[in-house]
Amino acid sequence: MKIAVASGKGGTGKTSVAVNLALSLGEAQVLDCDVEEPNAHILLKPEAEEVEAVEVLVPRILEDRCDYCGKCARFCQYHALFVAGETALVFPELCHSCGGCSIVCPRDAIVEEPRQIGRVHKCSPGDVELVYGELEVGEPLAVPIIAAVKHHMWEEGTVILDSPPGAACPVVETVQGSNFCLLVTEPTPFGLHDLEVAVEVVRQLGVPMGVVVNFSGIGDRGVYRFCEEQGIPIMMEIPYDRRIAELYSRGIPFVEEMPEWRRRFRDLAERIEAAIQ
Amino acid sequence: MKQITILSGKGGTGKTTITASFAALSRNAVFADCDVDASNLHLLLKPEVEQTVEFKGLKLAVIDSDRCTRCGLCEEKCRFNAIHDFKVDPIQCEGCGVCVYVCPVKAIDFVDRVCGHAYISRTRFGPMSHARLKPGMENSGKLVTLVRQNAKRLAEEKGRDLVLVDGPPGIGCPVIASLSEIDAGLVVVEPTLSGIHDLKRALGLLRHFKVDPLVCINKHDLNHKNTEDIEEFCAENGVEVVGLVPFDPEVTRAMVAGLPVVEYAPGAPASNAIKETWSRVKLHLGL
Repeated sequence: MKIAVASGKGGTGKTSVAVNLALSLGEAQVLDCDVEEPNAHILLKPEAEEVEAVEVLVPRILEDRCDYCGKCARFCQYHALFVAGETALVFPELCHSCGGCSIVCPRDAIVEEPRQIGRVHKCSPGDVELVYGELEVGEPLAVPIIAAVKHHMWEEGTVILDSPPGAACPVVETVQGSNFCLLVTEPTPFGLHDLEVAVEVVRQLGVPMGVVVNFSGIGDRGVYRFCEEQGIPIMMEIPYDRRIAELYSRGIPFVEEMPEWRRRFRDLAERIEAAIQ
Repeated sequence: MKQITILSGKGGTGKTTITASFAALSRNAVFADCDVDASNLHLLLKPEVEQTVEFKGLKLAVIDSDRCTRCGLCEEKCRFNAIHDFKVDPIQCEGCGVCVYVCPVKAIDFVDRVCGHAYISRTRFGPMSHARLKPGMENSGKLVTLVRQNAKRLAEEKGRDLVLVDGPPGIGCPVIASLSEIDAGLVVVEPTLSGIHDLKRALGLLRHFKVDPLVCINKHDLNHKNTEDIEEFCAENGVEVVGLVPFDPEVTRAMVAGLPVVEYAPGAPASNAIKETWSRVKLHLGL
């Protein structure tokens, strides 16, 4: 069973839900796909890790063969190449590694070389396996790192994917292929607005979904009304509790100090399993 | 004219709450919401849209089945795994154009794709530039750049001396696009271990792009030790902490009322702290 945890709005508790769910189940794999700001490892505190580089292919122009015709720069949709006069430049951080420039070059003057844009960490704190990606600071493209994290996904067993916030391509990359998507939101107008956007993305991907309302008790009833209108089940509510917030601030998953929640997270997993079937 | 971006690394730390209050406190600014896929600033500033422009992002490849000879070369050359059974999956297609180029019978069209809309609006505090990316779309960095250009033009046309930018979370392409030509980046952080981790990466990003960093600690009373650690880290790295905003239930009530907290509850503890922060930011920018 592959469960993606997404949200639209940031800071609603995706990572908290993903990690507490995994710990309550015992054996599970957590894939932290928020590679711009990964946080699951702060809660899971792994000791030893295997680290691998994530590389993408980027062009290098062989100056002795290039006649500055500019075909590559005109072809590139990402503006990663620039040719003027007798100058040909590559802006590697803009490159999407499509390989088009080397195909269109009439003089075979472009070769592709690997370039590191981030890392994938793999570790096993206890029964939970954690794989998390980390985009190098200053690099723009998160999607190849997310793909590299998902490359480590278990074929069997429970996999929990912690998505980045928002509703753009990194969320699509994370959620697609999952059996179920949990959308974690807060009962406020910001939470509702971003939930609406996230629901649209998950619908496009054809993944069944349910909502977790975090910090319940604050805000208003908009999120509940929306879920009812849309027929999206509310799978769990986590009340606003200063104790949970303080535990989180210290990097402690709250099921460790409030064990009564383990049962609730296991029930949540059972309901997800039932919803998939 | 000065430009400042409010960013955070970690999402949900209070960027929009702070930005909207700054907007209410400003006298001569333009506002830009650069969180184009999960934007919230409009919920508090309530813009009246005056101009809407379609945003065309990357193109989309479309295979014409009448012309297609099913040779499969397009699928072989596509690096994004976007072509199956002689059809392009619009979710996977990154609009590179390789398939269009390699097709021996020119059976693939390369069409414009509307990826969102950019808006120019009026608010009760001043002009606003914002946008909406269609859910799931690529290229939010390019749309952010458009929002920034519109905001800058508005400021020039209307003689405003500040562009106040509400940034997206993270450190990737839309954040980078919200930092070009910026005078200062104000990182809003909560005193949690995750918040500190993400703050360091956000400050690293500002250093990388040579943007002057400032820090505001939101809900600073949630964990005093972490707040001290953030202050110490900032002092060691020469980063000015311009604000300490306490946890205050009025912030959520203001959000429900659809108003910036300084407008909704001007005497609330959070409002007072945000006003002090705003004064220090103005001083820092020389306004």
